[in-house]
Amino acid sequence: MKRLSKIPSAGLIAAVLAVAVALPFVVSGYYVQFASKAMLVGMLALSLNLVVGYGGLVSLCHAAFFGFGGYMLAFMTPEDGGASLWLSLPTALLVVAAVALVIGALSLRTRGIYFIMVTLAFGEMLFYLFHDTKIAGGSDGMYIYFKPELVVGGRNLLDLESARTFYFVALALLAGAAVLVKELVGSPFGRALAAARDNERRALSLGFPVFRVRLTAFVVSGVIAGMAGFFSASQFGFVAPQMLGWHLSATILVMVVLGGMGSIIGPVVGAFALIGLEEVLKTSFEHWKLIKGLVIIALVFLLPGGLRQLATLLMPERVDASATPAKPRSDEAPANV
Amino acid sequence: MSEILLKATALEKRYGGLKAVSGVSVDVHRDEVHAVIGPNGAGKSTLINLLSGDVAPTSGAMMMGERDITHLSPNLRALAGVGRSYQKTTIFRDSTVFENVRLAAQAHGGSPLRMVGTAERDGNVNARAAAAVEEAGLSHRSGTVAKFMSHGEQRQLEIAMVLATEPRVILLDEPLAGMGHAEAQRMIALIGRLKDGRGVLIVEHDMDAVFALADRLTVMVDGRPIASGSPEHVRNLPAVRAAYLGHDDEIEAGAAA
Repeated sequence: MKRLSKIPSAGLIAAVLAVAVALPFVVSGYYVQFASKAMLVGMLALSLNLVVGYGGLVSLCHAAFFGFGGYMLAFMTPEDGGASLWLSLPTALLVVAAVALVIGALSLRTRGIYFIMVTLAFGEMLFYLFHDTKIAGGSDGMYIYFKPELVVGGRNLLDLESARTFYFVALALLAGAAVLVKELVGSPFGRALAAARDNERRALSLGFPVFRVRLTAFVVSGVIAGMAGFFSASQFGFVAPQMLGWHLSATILVMVVLGGMGSIIGPVVGAFALIGLEEVLKTSFEHWKLIKGLVIIALVFLLPGGLRQLATLLMPERVDASATPAKPRSDEAPANV
Repeated sequence: MSEILLKATALEKRYGGLKAVSGVSVDVHRDEVHAVIGPNGAGKSTLINLLSGDVAPTSGAMMMGERDITHLSPNLRALAGVGRSYQKTTIFRDSTVFENVRLAAQAHGGSPLRMVGTAERDGNVNARAAAAVEEAGLSHRSGTVAKFMSHGEQRQLEIAMVLATEPRVILLDEPLAGMGHAEAQRMIALIGRLKDGRGVLIVEHDMDAVFALADRLTVMVDGRPIASGSPEHVRNLPAVRAAYLGHDDEIEAGAAA
């Protein structure tokens, strides 16, 4: 498929990783935390891209999985200490998988604009479930006073209170998610997913169970998002309904489109760019949101292939067909009935 | 008589009050090309869509050998051995010829949805894809991105994709539509080879091609079959001539061919 991203040279990956590993030893604690947050949001954008970029399914409820992951940690953290990662993380991911399975099984029966609407409706339902009921502190949200612990033989192996440790956990999670998605996209499963995106009718007539393929991708993507949410909640020690609202869902979608749907790392770059842009504008302007909007519009007009296109402009020898934006799925009606 | 591969009985498809197809019973035999002809709106494409599962019948039954496939979805029918091409070329335009065909072969391999390891790793799938590319006469185009090929080659590619799914019955919906003479001749020769060990059902307007290829002919008018049999037999039926009034020349031309 055309969206098979060109594998960046091993040197580039090594350089980025080296900088990432060295970073927490160089910059101040504030930026270490900022980078951790950005990596988790990057992981969220990366997970959404599996569905949007490779599946051709524009989902507007992705924050729900992120938020659910966070709320699960809040539910499972005791009053007097940290939750056990051994128990809380798998439980949280299982619950998120179940939620994604139900939402996916219902919404994937629709197509195109209807899929967008149905996922939006599900996202809103979950938002109001947490916002308007008392199950999790309503609109005030919930505090998580203790970080989850990874206890082996009475010792906590992972001190998530340490910003530096947390940073490396976030880095490992992001890298793991990137490897997982890369593996999936290049596998026969990934090819079937892309085939269904490019031409659903043809994929079916070749014998692919399109619904099951999409549902699997939807759940995998949801679980990665849930994992990011779980650790995000842990980082901030707080969950609120905004974490699963459509506003965040839309923001992640912007990150994906901004970074470029054609690659695995593109959405991560998009997430970094958007969060970084916010950070810079916030400190410089009063009406920074207005300027942020203008910058995004300008970027979309100037770089229709996403930020990734910037790399191909700067390094023309790496130009490849995969930099073109994903085109919407064409559902062709049966001709001449 | 040769083995019956696909058998449809009393198929009917209603859209509201309109009977697009009604009372159609057709079968496809091994080593045979069965052509379905008829004027526009006769329900030929609907018939193919019913046989492939793209459209669900209002009533009637379809069997692949001993297996009832009436209620199978298109992807399960493909796995049951029914392959099809579309009237409008339906390929993955941005992929190479080989990747298009490999994907088709993958759907019918041992682990079509394996999630680890690259897709190209499966030697068995690659081999079947290469064989299908060769059978469709596209070996020299294997590495070409589909959208850069001519219309005729794209249709050949579609046939290669169908072949890679290892079908026992192939349904072809106007495979010659929009082709120039030379391209059409090449396609006719290819279709003639397809029936070897398989069954082919073809809907086609080009009467030269139909009479060159068909072992058996069914004529449909207004959603119903009005005649069926050998080309010689059907050609001389008064009812067929009446239905083709104004198209008489076409049938004569086909007969002469």
